[in-house]
Amino acid sequence: MNSLRYGLLWFIPLAILLALAPFISNNYIVQQATFVCMYAALALSWNFIGGYTGYPSFSTSAFVGFGAYAGALLQNAGMPMVLAWVFATIFTGIFAACLGFAILRMKGHYFAIGSISIVEIVRLIAASWSSLTGGGEGLNLPIFRGGPEHAGMVFLYSFLVLMLLAVITTVIVDRSRLGFGLRCIEQNEDAADMVGVNVNASKISAFVLSAIFCGTAGAISASWVSYISPPDAFSIVMTLKVPVMAMLGGAGTIFGPVLGALVFVGIEQSVLSRFLDYNQAILGLIIVFLIFFLPGGLLRISLFQKLKQRITKPSTPEVKS
Amino acid sequence: MQAYIQVLTNGLMLGALYACIAVGFSLVWGVLNIINMMHGSLIILGGYLTFFGWFHLKINPLIMLLIVPPFLFLFGYVLQYVMINRVIARPVLATLTLTFGLDMILYNFMNVVFEATPRRITMDFGSFSFYDVVLPGDRLLAMVLAFALTGILYWVMRTSRIGRAIVAVRMDKDAAALMGIPINRVYAVTFAISAMMAGVCGVLMAVTFPVTTNISGLLLGKAFAVCVIGGLGSVPGALVGGLALGLIESLSGNWWGPQNAVLTGSVLMIILLMTRPTGLLGKAGYE
Repeated sequence: MNSLRYGLLWFIPLAILLALAPFISNNYIVQQATFVCMYAALALSWNFIGGYTGYPSFSTSAFVGFGAYAGALLQNAGMPMVLAWVFATIFTGIFAACLGFAILRMKGHYFAIGSISIVEIVRLIAASWSSLTGGGEGLNLPIFRGGPEHAGMVFLYSFLVLMLLAVITTVIVDRSRLGFGLRCIEQNEDAADMVGVNVNASKISAFVLSAIFCGTAGAISASWVSYISPPDAFSIVMTLKVPVMAMLGGAGTIFGPVLGALVFVGIEQSVLSRFLDYNQAILGLIIVFLIFFLPGGLLRISLFQKLKQRITKPSTPEVKS
Repeated sequence: MQAYIQVLTNGLMLGALYACIAVGFSLVWGVLNIINMMHGSLIILGGYLTFFGWFHLKINPLIMLLIVPPFLFLFGYVLQYVMINRVIARPVLATLTLTFGLDMILYNFMNVVFEATPRRITMDFGSFSFYDVVLPGDRLLAMVLAFALTGILYWVMRTSRIGRAIVAVRMDKDAAALMGIPINRVYAVTFAISAMMAGVCGVLMAVTFPVTTNISGLLLGKAFAVCVIGGLGSVPGALVGGLALGLIESLSGNWWGPQNAVLTGSVLMIILLMTRPTGLLGKAGYE
């Protein structure tokens, strides 16, 4: 309860600031605000499986790409844009549920490898099934009418709504039986099974939750960019970036992924404009820093918590997470 | 029949290279319990060094086989000792993300320094044919060398002091530590050997295929598949897995078209992961 209130203290002003971006600044900032909302939604959804459940999932790109292709195909078939997003979300959820049955039996390293391979497999299928997906040439979508400023606003608000939905879902899950079960699985899966947590159903729910927002985000960004191709939609960098954002903020916390996405986009943009050739190296350096110096994420190592710890328990050694 | 013998021969030649790709990766996974996402990029680094040695300094690639792997051995040793050793006890998510991040740095570095243009050593090794089955000289050479060097690694692991220490650490690291084996040094040497085998593989790749940074992910995917098919942490496992994957890709490419060969390998890997995660030669309890 306390951490929720503490988080809302900065999250609500942030959300309002993001919503006001089109009125107080230029198109560049609006685009960055859109990225923050999109990555926050993606990181929040990864958080269900990677943070709460502790499964090292790297299949974010598979869901983003699946959603992008589903949305694009539906829109090209004449479906209105928003309806196409909704159906893309549903399809991605079903896809994730089927996939979850298959790969959630694995654990640890094998799960990590399996989840990365899923991205690879879906990408290969999208690239070789040219009659449906256009193969390597990619797919064009109808361009959003109304000029760049109007489009920028529409997509910013779409992603903002998606982020808010993801936050609300996280809060609900965090306080429900499901969230409790997921945290039990993270601690010790066998013990959770013994005390009566329905392990399989919980894991599959977490996996589906981690997929549906990715699916929507993929569909929205496909409409935004109005062109998708297999290497962009199923980007291997994206599949790494999103977990890194969630961990940067604090995996397994409610607002950590949002903070992580904000900080990450900030770093990327302030450095990227100066060193265009080095964007992957920058991601790598952020990762090295994160793993060595911030193992629990920004929210867990905040000055506030250290102070609190010092006041309440002065002699307790720091517990590694 | 003739066509099938050709397909199988191609599969064997490809499989030998796959075994060489995976043997180091498998060793690190089995002994250090770390998925080394850098492995593909290390192979490419070896390939580039070989290419530039040949292109600018006119060094024969076979002589580079004596220069590049020791260099990568050193690189791997330092990298493990300075970086990876610090996170070795952390969960998969941390170790995998770290090596993934280091891979991004190395990949970016190679893109900037070497540029991503595909490069290939254009030396003519001739080709041999028996009863219409054609064996290109470069691939045959790569296969023989891959088998020979993997064999040497097997022999080193079986007979040398450090090899026995590595096997002991893989079986039970606490017991090994109690027997006086310096665990951290064994870890560093294991990682260094893995990087060295990546270097060997890079030299062989540079002779047979065009080398470009873009295929590092593909190579890593092969290493995953070989480990899953053959089982972790042992040289024979990597050999069996590599040959099996080579034959499978070669045959499925023949049946369903080459564009689906990689897909077949990956799907087979997922099915094996679900049903038999210890691999064909693996033993339970090593993961």
